[in-house]
Amino acid sequence: MDLFEYQARDLLASHGVPVLPGGVAETPQQAEAIAREIAAPVVVKAQVKTGGRGKAGGVKLADDAESAREHAQNILGLDIKGHITHRVMVAQASDIAEEYYFSYLLDRANRTFLAMASVEGGMEIEEIAVSKPEALARIPVDATVGVDTQKAAEIVDAAGFPAEVRDQVIAIAVQLWDVFSKEDATLVEVNPLAKAPDGTVLALDAKVTLDDNARFRHPGHEQLEDTASADPLEAAAKEKDLNYVKLEGEVGIIGNGAGLVMSTLDVVAYAGEEFGGVKPANFLDIGGGASAEVMANGLHIILSDPAVKSVFVNVFGGITACDAVANGIVHALQLLGDEATKPLVVRLDGNNVEEGRRILAEANHPLVTLVDTMDGAARRAAELAAA
Amino acid sequence: MSIFLNENSKVIVQGMTGSEGRKHTQRMLASGTSIVGGVNPKKAGQKVDFEGAAVPVFGSVAEAMKETGADVSVIFVPPAGARNAVIEAVDAQIGLAVVITEGIPVHDSTYFWAHAQGGSTRIIGPNCPGLISPGRSNAGIIPANITQQGKIGLVSKSGTLTYQMMYELRDIGFSTAVGIGGDPVIGTTHIDCLQAFQDDPETEAIVMIGEIGGDAEERAADFIKANVTKPVVGYVAGFTAPEGKTMGHAGAIVSGSAGTAQAKKEALEAAGVRVGKTPSETARLMREIVGA
Repeated sequence: MDLFEYQARDLLASHGVPVLPGGVAETPQQAEAIAREIAAPVVVKAQVKTGGRGKAGGVKLADDAESAREHAQNILGLDIKGHITHRVMVAQASDIAEEYYFSYLLDRANRTFLAMASVEGGMEIEEIAVSKPEALARIPVDATVGVDTQKAAEIVDAAGFPAEVRDQVIAIAVQLWDVFSKEDATLVEVNPLAKAPDGTVLALDAKVTLDDNARFRHPGHEQLEDTASADPLEAAAKEKDLNYVKLEGEVGIIGNGAGLVMSTLDVVAYAGEEFGGVKPANFLDIGGGASAEVMANGLHIILSDPAVKSVFVNVFGGITACDAVANGIVHALQLLGDEATKPLVVRLDGNNVEEGRRILAEANHPLVTLVDTMDGAARRAAELAAA
Repeated sequence: MSIFLNENSKVIVQGMTGSEGRKHTQRMLASGTSIVGGVNPKKAGQKVDFEGAAVPVFGSVAEAMKETGADVSVIFVPPAGARNAVIEAVDAQIGLAVVITEGIPVHDSTYFWAHAQGGSTRIIGPNCPGLISPGRSNAGIIPANITQQGKIGLVSKSGTLTYQMMYELRDIGFSTAVGIGGDPVIGTTHIDCLQAFQDDPETEAIVMIGEIGGDAEERAADFIKANVTKPVVGYVAGFTAPEGKTMGHAGAIVSGSAGTAQAKKEALEAAGVRVGKTPSETARLMREIVGA
């Protein structure tokens, strides 16, 4: 889960990282009140999970509380690269003497953590990496050891931080490691890490990604979820513990196993090329079990998507054999009753496939078509969606 | 021959007394695996009955190894305890630890991976179906009755695509099929399996299945170009996955322009791997190669 800037800022502050005073507002009046409390020039920043806010007019400087309200008025509701702005952060404006960069992240390729730091901050890190690779220090961090003052000094010195901020940045590097490790983050990025004219170093903007798999030991992380911008179908699926992703297409997809479902989307998209560019409408993995109840929940979500014209149920019967899956589909259709209104193409293969196909043939549901192969079934589902 | 697992493998199960562990221990036994024990400190000294086979429970991996000569552990321990379970297996110096558990925090898997460096344990997974050398041994949750022993080696990030491919090519059969898992940090990689299949005299051709996220397939492609002389066919899932969305597996995510299926396919093809557009086409390509 990616956090909003204001959430990241609060999380950093809770681990002692120095940040500027500020708050989050959902209305222009709230923005004005925060600015009044800060009693100094403020920045009003759109809270969206995408880059390029400044260019889109989502970051404005305000000299007083009234103009903070006006800017908030203009920024709230702003569409930035398809992200609607629901909140603004109002933070004390800071004069910046120097801008630096600091991050911790998961380095998948090397199966370790990585610290990256540079005294060339402010730009996107991808730009620094390309334009001045020598200016970006990349220091692996052993997960079993972590970052103490000594390790932090190694990172800070490798990046060549100036002597007058060295101790401050070392302390911040240790605090940021605290955020990264104790909050189960996969990314903690501060850009810019700024030196104010008085020499104080502060985290002015931060990106944090938290590991959803670690939710069980961070009950507080659930509150950080952005339910306002969530797709309603994705939210409904999540409530039923279904692994669902909404896509822009017409063929609803249900399958078992993440890889098989991804593959099903691809095969449907290829088949759809023949039928005017029909595409998969969603990703939905009902897992290895494929019970009747889970199947019914899955079908319910997919059938409530108005864009769906046909449904492709693609199951490989491994641990749960095909006869059990077929019974699950038959029961799911009974549970759904009149709600089942769109044609279903079913492909079953694997253990007890003959019995599974026999069960479906015998049930003889008017909406169900059985096709033996995955490629053939995808083609049929695409054809039905285009009709 | 086979890789990593054979008829002499002696398998213990960490988490055998839990519901998943119990169910799959039964299945492993039914498919001929030599299960010599389970591990649960709270139930040490007891025996668990699996349709006639009484499997002893030991207090630790080290004790189980000492008493039974076990060299493989299959781990079903839930996410909160999985890190310590893997560390225990590594510290006991077991040869192979197969981590089935799904949903382990990546800080934990990165930790146990780092802890295992320099040790003598191969880790497969986490979040994987395990591996099977058909007709010999089955360590994990792969259904044993969808294929048979044969000459193809299979390595895959995805469980059900592994099953699909094993089933499509069941008449030719497999030396070993390894599900390496779909998490961002995994123990055994495509490259480790490619090397082992290259060295295994029984394996004549290799199927490699990848998916979006990371750059493991690209690195495997470089490895194939330099080191693999046996024919390899490939398949990559996730061409239609949108950027920034996790597709079921924690590691299956396209970040910006990194980790796309297209880039992986191109890298594999540049290394001489024939890549199928669908799983069935991939199976057909393999048939052409082995002439069956």
